[in-house]
Amino acid sequence: MSLLPNTATLLGKELRTEFRSRELLTTTGVFILIVLVLFSFAINPGTEEARQFAPGLLWLAILFAASLMFQSCFLREQANDTLSSLRLAVSDPFAIFLAKLGANTLFLLLTELLMLPFFAIFYNISLGAKLPVLVLVLFTGSLGIAIAGTAISAISAQARMRELLLPLLLLPLLTPVLVVSSLVTASLLDRDSIVLWKGIGFLAVFDLIFLTALWLFGEYLLEE
Amino acid sequence: MGKRTVLGAAAILLVIAAAYASFYVAPEERTMGVLQRIFYFHAASAWAGMDAFVICFLCDLLYVWKRKEKYDWLAVSSAEVGLVFTTVVLITGPIWAKPAWGIWWTWDARLTSTFVLWLLYVSYLLLRTLIEEPNRRALLSSLFGIFAFIDVPLVFGAIRWWRTQHPAPVIMGGPNSGLEPTMAKVFYFSVLAMHVLMIFLVIERYIIEKMKHEVDILQREAEA
Repeated sequence: MSLLPNTATLLGKELRTEFRSRELLTTTGVFILIVLVLFSFAINPGTEEARQFAPGLLWLAILFAASLMFQSCFLREQANDTLSSLRLAVSDPFAIFLAKLGANTLFLLLTELLMLPFFAIFYNISLGAKLPVLVLVLFTGSLGIAIAGTAISAISAQARMRELLLPLLLLPLLTPVLVVSSLVTASLLDRDSIVLWKGIGFLAVFDLIFLTALWLFGEYLLEE
Repeated sequence: MGKRTVLGAAAILLVIAAAYASFYVAPEERTMGVLQRIFYFHAASAWAGMDAFVICFLCDLLYVWKRKEKYDWLAVSSAEVGLVFTTVVLITGPIWAKPAWGIWWTWDARLTSTFVLWLLYVSYLLLRTLIEEPNRRALLSSLFGIFAFIDVPLVFGAIRWWRTQHPAPVIMGGPNSGLEPTMAKVFYFSVLAMHVLMIFLVIERYIIEKMKHEVDILQREAEA
């Protein structure tokens, strides 16, 4: 059972690399901010309908941001061919995926939390007491995005046109997450707010299914 | 050669016979009239397309497991043919929908998931064009094919659940709910015809893929 210690070490490495420069976090945060502002030009943000659209727009922004953010997660290892060393270092290659998707989830969640106040102010939405459930929705949704995103970025890193390919492969795959998390967030932030536990459960099922698929097929994604 | 000609001839004759049966043998539907006859073509193509994707998924799994090139060839062949049938479904659907519902398209669960399915397999084929090395292409596209196929029921579940939250603007009665006996016979005959056509096309495409591989080997030998 060296999976957990290995994962912890690798996760530490991912976090150290990122927090040295904080490049990913700042660029992705600014990207979400820009998208949120641009959406306000595409639709009239003052209207009642805009309040209903806003959660969907937020998730769309998160999805786009994720497809940019995950680009570097395997490309980073290619520069000095560190991926082969990583593979040699750990007995179970699933640890590499666990560490990377843990870091991706954490980064994504962190940018979301940083952007949440701006979102609430721009679209005139009061978060207040709904915050704990909202964070739960953000977590289950982002975990799903990160699991699928980590797997697909391992594929796209090995192809040509990888910057374009990742969103192309990832976004259709994430349709279920977008549909359900937008709806759950919308009904949560509605005037008479309801918590759709069924939706959160669905997101958890999505996470579990893709995590199992990654566990079963992950090692083939890293083959030389 | 003989067997392929026979299968091709059988496919063409069966499709012609199915077209004849759907126009002249099947009784006129009471409310939709002649319009309903497109279903023999539309739904049969959908079934054949779905089964082509099932073949693709099984070949993806077999490739990852056995690493035999023939599974990769069969996977790409069935993915392409499945995409053609799904395209037929997406074209014949609106042709029926415009006069029946008054609109070309509605974001109903079945329509939307078919469209996402179509997008996923377009991405699958795009991915294949962006990896040069044959073994890597085969492995990575197989893995993406597996992820895509796992995603399909999740897409359908997410969208259907989301639809029940928002009542559909157009009510769609299932075509199979109490199908008249002659209609059922014609329908299953069309399904058979489309399947024979699908299998014929997959085999032909497979032979092309195999030839491509042989040409590649010859070219490499000539260069060496």
